[in-house]
Amino acid sequence: MATSEDIQTLILTTLDTQGAIENTDSLKTADGNAIPYLAVVGVLNSLASKEMITYTTIERDQFNLTQEGNDIADSGSHEAKVFNAVDPVNGIAIAELAKLLGASAKIGQGKAFKNKWIKKDGDKLVREVESIVDQTQLDALEIRNTGTHSKPATLKDLQARKHVEKVKLISYKVAKGPKFSLKIEKQATDLTAEMLADGSWKTQTFKKYNFAGNPPEGGHLHPLMKVREEFRKIFFELGFEEMPTNKYVESSFWNFDALFQPQQHPARDAHDTFFLLDPATSSNFPDKEYVQRVKEVHSHGGYGSIGYGYDWKIEEAEKLLLRTHTTSVSSNMLYRLAQETKARGSFKPAKFFSIDRVYRNETVDATHLAEFHQVEGVIADKNLTLGDLIGFMEVFFEKMGVPNIKFKPAFNPYTEPSMEIFSWHPGLEKWVELGNSGMFRPEMLEAMGLDPDVRVIAWGLGLERPTMIKYGLDNIRELLGHKVDLDMIQSNPACRLDKKMGKELVGKDAVDA
Amino acid sequence: MPTVNVDKEELYTALGRDYTFDEFMDLCFNFGIELEEDTSPKEMAIREVGAHKVDDSVSDRPILKIDIPANRYDLLCHEGISRSLLVFQGKAKPPVFKTIVPADGKLQKLIIKPETAAIRPFAVAAILRNVKFTELNYKNFIDLQDKLHMNICRKRTLVAIGTHDLDTIQGPFTYEALAPKDIQFVPLNQEKNMNAEELMTFYENDKHLGKFLPIIRDSPVYPIIYDKNRQVLSLPPIINSNHSKITLDTKNVFIECTATDLTKGKIVLNTMVAMFSEYCAEPFTVEPVEVIYEDNRQPAGVTPDLTSRITTAKVDYINSCTGLKLSPDEICDLLNKMSLEATPSKEDKNEVVVQVPVTRSDVLHQCDIMEDVAIAYGFNNLPHTAPSVSTIGKPYPLNKLADTARIELALAGWSEVSPLTLCSHDENFAFLRQKDPGNIAVRLAHPKTIEYQVVRTSLLPGVLKTLKENKKHSLPIKVFEVGDTAIKDDTQERRSRNVRKVCATYSNKTSGLEQIHGLLDRTLQMLHCQPVDKNGTASGYWIQDSENPTYFPSRSADIYLRQKGETKVIGSFGILHPEVLEKFGLNFPTSAMEFDLEPFL
Repeated sequence: MATSEDIQTLILTTLDTQGAIENTDSLKTADGNAIPYLAVVGVLNSLASKEMITYTTIERDQFNLTQEGNDIADSGSHEAKVFNAVDPVNGIAIAELAKLLGASAKIGQGKAFKNKWIKKDGDKLVREVESIVDQTQLDALEIRNTGTHSKPATLKDLQARKHVEKVKLISYKVAKGPKFSLKIEKQATDLTAEMLADGSWKTQTFKKYNFAGNPPEGGHLHPLMKVREEFRKIFFELGFEEMPTNKYVESSFWNFDALFQPQQHPARDAHDTFFLLDPATSSNFPDKEYVQRVKEVHSHGGYGSIGYGYDWKIEEAEKLLLRTHTTSVSSNMLYRLAQETKARGSFKPAKFFSIDRVYRNETVDATHLAEFHQVEGVIADKNLTLGDLIGFMEVFFEKMGVPNIKFKPAFNPYTEPSMEIFSWHPGLEKWVELGNSGMFRPEMLEAMGLDPDVRVIAWGLGLERPTMIKYGLDNIRELLGHKVDLDMIQSNPACRLDKKMGKELVGKDAVDA
Repeated sequence: MPTVNVDKEELYTALGRDYTFDEFMDLCFNFGIELEEDTSPKEMAIREVGAHKVDDSVSDRPILKIDIPANRYDLLCHEGISRSLLVFQGKAKPPVFKTIVPADGKLQKLIIKPETAAIRPFAVAAILRNVKFTELNYKNFIDLQDKLHMNICRKRTLVAIGTHDLDTIQGPFTYEALAPKDIQFVPLNQEKNMNAEELMTFYENDKHLGKFLPIIRDSPVYPIIYDKNRQVLSLPPIINSNHSKITLDTKNVFIECTATDLTKGKIVLNTMVAMFSEYCAEPFTVEPVEVIYEDNRQPAGVTPDLTSRITTAKVDYINSCTGLKLSPDEICDLLNKMSLEATPSKEDKNEVVVQVPVTRSDVLHQCDIMEDVAIAYGFNNLPHTAPSVSTIGKPYPLNKLADTARIELALAGWSEVSPLTLCSHDENFAFLRQKDPGNIAVRLAHPKTIEYQVVRTSLLPGVLKTLKENKKHSLPIKVFEVGDTAIKDDTQERRSRNVRKVCATYSNKTSGLEQIHGLLDRTLQMLHCQPVDKNGTASGYWIQDSENPTYFPSRSADIYLRQKGETKVIGSFGILHPEVLEKFGLNFPTSAMEFDLEPFL
């Protein structure tokens, strides 16, 4: 058996002496054997990759005898066997023929009759001619010797009779390549430290490289957290201080009452809010006087307000819940701002923000979760105007990549005016709501102890919705919660709100224009 | 936000012109209501139940679906919307409501018995004379009661409205509270006379009324209104009697509102008469009713009071809030467009005098008046300024620390997950083979989703649930979370506090305990915390073998931290117990670590 080195040498020396190999079928090993096809292919590919040779494929059909065909070539056709079995003088009994030739008797008889070689004489067969030429055998022999037949019709006929089968033969025409040489150089697959050390990289030849990168084994940040980080950066750029929102449990007082949200408001229904079984209530309010002021403004008014005119109950305010909005933290921070102002004797403006979880007692579906993240910003200063709020919203949303916003009057129990922020969506061809904004009510701020000229503007939006738009998700459960796909976390791109968000949020044309 | 369906043709006729969808949407947008859809009852029904179930009896008259702000009860019907939009466009003046005493000077009386204090203490009433009902306005009349009941009346708990054909009943009327078995009448649209106990059973499974029964069902006495002949008017807040029912032929309407909140009772009555006095022979007039509390709980008086409330707003306040420089006259012109009659004050140049009609119960403070000026001016026409508030940005230190830990864990090759903070009690304790000590978990009262029973006290359940959803992911799986848990703490104002923790897991064909241990060492090193000898005094951390039911026996350790001479256990790590894996549906070995992050602040 020839090794691949032997075959390589054979091909290269043949090329060297003959200039080309017309057909690799002609190659024979030293002991005269043909070379297996697969071995030839392997060697040719290897040499071609080194540009030592070039080759083209030769495809041709070859006809081989089947077992039946070989049988005919060796011992004649069925009809010839029948003819030969018929005694030139006495003929042969039909029953005797079948005994003598088996299966061939029946097939051969028909053909021999047709060729008028024999005829029936009573229950005997007798010869009609003295001698025959067995053309079928000759055809079979021609095919065996040449791999084909001079008459295509005959080939077709023999194929139909299953004496012959066609096979595709592949061989190669080989020529010298640009780097033809009798000597085979070992090619390197990679640059190694040894090559650098001994300088062999200068003379070493390298295998052709197939580019295919391996994914790195790094860690990954959650897409929602990446969008959160972008919002945080916007707030820091604009000088905002982050609020301590690490308290999921809140009292109804800070979540509703301090915000001048009346106790019969539908949001305070157990159908919408997670109240707690344990701990159910808390009366640990640090400032009873402030609680009294809140009670007063709800039930009888004050600070220029007529109030809601109902019987405010401390028991309602004491109910603990999972906060329904981060505004509960904002109300607490503004109260602290009022306390600091009192202690310092002068007011200092403040800008606060938070991005954290809030809870709603909702039935979960593709667009609603019982917990989600809220982005909230608050600015407190003397004599802020609605124009300031609008102007600031333009700056904020511009940084988010949303250049075109407008404002709709809306209602919110703790802001007056309240403005919903809309952005034009060319894809949907309509204005879509992005968030809410407004000016906190004087009943809320003055009860805290802030001066009437201190105005507080605030706005809020969800974190999940822009993230879903950005990453093309339509089920919130696939973003937040355990039903997330780790492949999604590991493959989603980095977030740059200003670069991409606008296009995804408001449509391509709006930003490109 | 309530949605009101108004008849498109009726509305555009009232507004005096046709609108395209976009034109009308813009008008609504600027006024502060939201046009949702142009549809028809038939179209809505087909969408809901499919075309094959909707026959021709369902109307295909076009209707507009409009979202109304939750505090604008005066916009909950066609009459209110069309009136306000006409005034907003300067095409009409707001109506002036008047109470008119009958020619003989005798008012109808509603006498309130002391027993009602126990169940539904207040009632107010009014009469509309010579009303002309049509099919359209009759439907609006019914729809408005429905919208009021669902919104300001808080599903009839605060207020319930009853409307009656006055010509079928005779005053004086008495509002009483009686034992259910002593109340007998034929309810609206029924034929059978029943007592109130039977009535409760009769309506138990009623789709519409069933939900209101619990408001009074367990009370020993039920509220009930009679006329002078002991004919029942209504059993509030459940149902009226069939005897006094309104039809298209009704001329004189008696409206009563019973309430647990008197302020809201008055608002509801005012809204009803303000909207439908439009169809009286003399529009916008109402006949008052004398309301007498037998026990003098409230002073006797007549209802409704339709006089506008006179209030004032400061010009400089309005200009300062809006960023405009409007004159008192300009402010008044703008307010008039919002149905608030306003005139510059004669005494004070810096003041406008505003008459707040009874329909505008949302106006509590001059900030509400300022808002109406801004809406009439147009929010989108206001000058844009940027507040020149100079402040210094600052992260919340705990969030900054958490972000540092998150980045380090990701740099170490772990992927961040973000599970929910609410979970079942079992997931938080039993599934981790832990016993509930009984005094740490914050428990929820009435969750709609049954598995939300507690706020997690550990990050591990959520992380393991995330692994369960990702079992097809190629191994190893390395995930982490840095997030808040919550525990009870009576020393806090809210009797609980959040605790920020770090959790990471490693899952593979083998446990990978050394991977988790290595990650712990790396994370603490990055948090500037060094491994130290437990017998020394230096600040730092060490680990010590422990038997923790969450982990496989002899394959876990507690993490000790010594800071300024004080030592505490901040967490643990180990190979998760196979029973824990089974509970969370995991079939590959997993190692985990979890520790408190807050000591590193």
